[in-house]
Amino acid sequence: MSMILLIEQVLNGLQFGVMLFLMAAGLTLIFGVMGLINLAHGSLYMVGAFAAAAVAGWTGSFALALVAALAAAAAAGALIELLVIRRLYDRDHLDQVLATFALILIFSEGTRWLFGSFPLFLDVPAALAGPIMLPGGILYPLYRLVIIGVGLLVAAGVFWLIAKTRIGIQIRAGEADREMIAALGIDISRLYTMVFALGAALAGLAGALVGAIQSVQVGMGEPVLILAFVVIVIGGIGSIKGALVGSILVGLTDTLGGVLLPPLFGTFMQASSATSVGSAVASMSIYILMVGVLLFKPSGLFGGK
Amino acid sequence: MKLRTLIAAASIAALGAGMAYADGGKVKVGMITTLSGGGAGLGIDVRDGFVLAAKGNENLELVIEDDQRKPDVAVQLTDKLIQSEKVDVLTGIIWSNLAMAVVPAATAQGKFYLSPNAGPSALAGKGCSPLYFNVAWQNDAFYEAGGLWASENGIEKVFLMAPNYPAGTDGMTGFKRTFKGEVVGEVYTKLGQTDYAAEIAQIRASDADTVYFFLPGGMGISFMKQFAGSGVDKNVMGPAFSFDQGILGAIGDAALGVKNTSHWSKDIDNAANKKFVADFQAEYGRLPSLYAAQGYDTALLLQSAMGKADVADAAAFQAALEEADFASVRGDFAFAPNHHPIQDIYMREVIKEGDVVTNKIVGVASSDHQDVYGADCKM
Amino acid sequence: MTRETLLNIVLFAILPATALVAFALDEPFIITLATKAAILALAGVGLNIALGLGGLVSLGHAAFFGLGGYAMGILASHAQSYTPLMETPFLIEGTKSMLVIWGVAIVTSALAALAIGALSLRTTGVYFIMITLAFGQMLYYFAISWPAYGGEDGLSIYVRNEFPGLNTLDPIQFFAIAFGILAIVLFGAGRLAKARFGLALSAARQNAERVETVGLTPFRLRLVAFVISGAVTGLAGALFADLNRFVSPTMFSWHTSGEIMVFVILGGVGRLFGPVAGAALYILLEHTLGGLSEFWHVYLGLLLLLVVLFARGGLIGTIAGREVAHD
Repeated sequence: MSMILLIEQVLNGLQFGVMLFLMAAGLTLIFGVMGLINLAHGSLYMVGAFAAAAVAGWTGSFALALVAALAAAAAAGALIELLVIRRLYDRDHLDQVLATFALILIFSEGTRWLFGSFPLFLDVPAALAGPIMLPGGILYPLYRLVIIGVGLLVAAGVFWLIAKTRIGIQIRAGEADREMIAALGIDISRLYTMVFALGAALAGLAGALVGAIQSVQVGMGEPVLILAFVVIVIGGIGSIKGALVGSILVGLTDTLGGVLLPPLFGTFMQASSATSVGSAVASMSIYILMVGVLLFKPSGLFGGK
Repeated sequence: MKLRTLIAAASIAALGAGMAYADGGKVKVGMITTLSGGGAGLGIDVRDGFVLAAKGNENLELVIEDDQRKPDVAVQLTDKLIQSEKVDVLTGIIWSNLAMAVVPAATAQGKFYLSPNAGPSALAGKGCSPLYFNVAWQNDAFYEAGGLWASENGIEKVFLMAPNYPAGTDGMTGFKRTFKGEVVGEVYTKLGQTDYAAEIAQIRASDADTVYFFLPGGMGISFMKQFAGSGVDKNVMGPAFSFDQGILGAIGDAALGVKNTSHWSKDIDNAANKKFVADFQAEYGRLPSLYAAQGYDTALLLQSAMGKADVADAAAFQAALEEADFASVRGDFAFAPNHHPIQDIYMREVIKEGDVVTNKIVGVASSDHQDVYGADCKM
Repeated sequence: MTRETLLNIVLFAILPATALVAFALDEPFIITLATKAAILALAGVGLNIALGLGGLVSLGHAAFFGLGGYAMGILASHAQSYTPLMETPFLIEGTKSMLVIWGVAIVTSALAALAIGALSLRTTGVYFIMITLAFGQMLYYFAISWPAYGGEDGLSIYVRNEFPGLNTLDPIQFFAIAFGILAIVLFGAGRLAKARFGLALSAARQNAERVETVGLTPFRLRLVAFVISGAVTGLAGALFADLNRFVSPTMFSWHTSGEIMVFVILGGVGRLFGPVAGAALYILLEHTLGGLSEFWHVYLGLLLLLVVLFARGGLIGTIAGREVAHD
């Protein structure tokens, strides 16, 4: 395999990882601050994509579509936090898993009821379409570079938010000691709603960005949700830094595994069975990675304790 | 003397009654198809096509069930329809893996099964049954036709891509069976994969002139959008499943120019098809898909047999189905001895009609196409 | 007699009563549904040993359910095609005997549970939930892409396997088999919870340090519980495959794990008869709501939500009150 191809695949892995980070960041924040497992996070991703597709269809503007995705996902997040999620904070994980599983059912079929059973159309804006030439002679889709850029910017923004702002201090305090910040007179339920809406907005943004190059359809959030869980478990639940490292690791493993494993198996197997066995192992690779990490670090790479 | 007349009269009456029954016998049809969750669009189209063709036929009673695309649910619904609803004929399954579960269960209990989609090779060969009819295609048909067309139209080097599951690997085997050129790359992706950047990079790096792929549903939409954005300049071909009306709307202009093989297209020029397309649009307000066409043909076939024989007489009803005496929207249609179609497979190209992205026939890829598994079928 | 004991007797009687009434009315499909409920309840009873007794929230029990199913599928498909499973180093033939298949299903899933448990139990809390999910997903993707036994298409077994003295294709007789096993396992699980092992396991769930000071290792207790739990769920998988005469990778999917968990929670975590109540209720809902609307998942979701939010302790907890610690 040529060097150029390898670099291109690394970029692909990076782009995938950055996308996963947008999902994982919200998930890990919500877990870190509120101690909540939210299986319905993938539904918020879907809400973002559908809102973007609908608005892009009406107005033709991709920028407006992104705004709509952020707004719709944040609104949906705040709504379910107020109606359902806040009743779950002091429950055990089991109740949380079941309740948010129920939310998935409601969101998925509700969306199908609103938008029908067929996938929606959402395309990359003309200004960002097509490939550009990178130094070294690599032809790479501009839109994917933009995704990498946006993702890294958001990551920087989230780090800044947590390290430097008042909300960030409250979030960190909340992670450390929940009773304490309530005692300090901070409106904790408002903080929770805000964190949840922020996580939802990030998921919605991811849905809209990815929706432009993938299929906007019911159920699109579930595969991503599982991957995002893998990411935060690898990184250590509650840790934003862990989410970033975990995302990149998973993105690279998944992409490079799919590319490198089949030829690797080809070196000692028959070509035809090597492709199918190699692909089989590749599709299991991120789970193998996760089990490996947990064996050596039972609470993830950057997990507490 | 008196007695004999009585018997004669009675037998004539019975004969007459029997005849009348054969003309107007009621048939209860159980349709198990995918109406909820992912992939519901296909089941809804099959259902709508079937219902459209059966409209107004009071002798056809239809029971519809949703399999949620789960094989275990489909098998249980089969038991329900046969045991509780006492249906005579089953139909509706969309997916091969569900068909592999449902069809043997139905035929083992002595019920007819008409497949409006999905034709796994096992059911066309060793596992064929006198009671099982496939009104759509054997799974390999579109791929074999694609390979033939590619060989005859100057395509020399192809890159193959499909999900790593039986329908995917079988499809690519079908293409290779008839393709005479060189296969320069072959990739099997994860089922349900949505990002194809890695594969597109491999395609770019290969010296293939054409990409031939099968990625059903959302996978195909994702791939086409990303492929168009990558600037890779190669021909794209595939079976119709990734370029059907329900999907083209979501891909948009990125699909323009793609060649795909299909047994049906809305511009096939015959009276039955024109009526079908017009009626479907009038009834449901959208363009029909090939799944709708298959559902429509399935109902036409069933009604043609109902006019000739009573479903209670399995042998006669089977013979009536074998005749395939109906005006298919695909034009000529006949059954091979293994109860799978003999039909033309067309090559279509994705074009734009006004604002609507749709397909146009550019030629016949394989005329009177028949599958290769029939030789293993002993019935 | 406490309210819960009374309720348990009613719950225990519901399935056979339903099956018998359906038999009298000649509604074989209702018997099939009762059989499905009994088998899924069995899977739930298996999970409940880990979940309720041991406090181990496993989101990967589909792995054992699927292994049990494939034990049946692989053995029966070889018997069906008269090809041996393995010729070297020694000959293994396929089989159509349910008893042998159950044995293989139990042993395979117990061994898998031993391996998965030994690795997963090093973690706790959410990490445990997710690592069990990861093992389930691994097997799922393996089953989809491994071509030898049908891949995603799965395996069809044309005739149900044999049980000495019974006609397994007759719905009511197959129900009797499934329900008989459920009854035996319920009895065993009830004894297990009250035995020294069960008490120690419960104690380890509530306070691991205290158990350690008495000289017991919580890890070992939990591992044994996980293995028993996996074996029971594997047995349920083999029965489920026989019910459908079909196995496929969906048995391994995380939705299956989620559903088994739903049975347990709907009925009441840690309650012996919780999974029976949960599975019966779930099947009832699936078949009544499914007939009402194409979008029945919305109603199912709303209902589940209401149960979690307002009926803590599940069905049994709501009716019988809080007697079992639920933490």
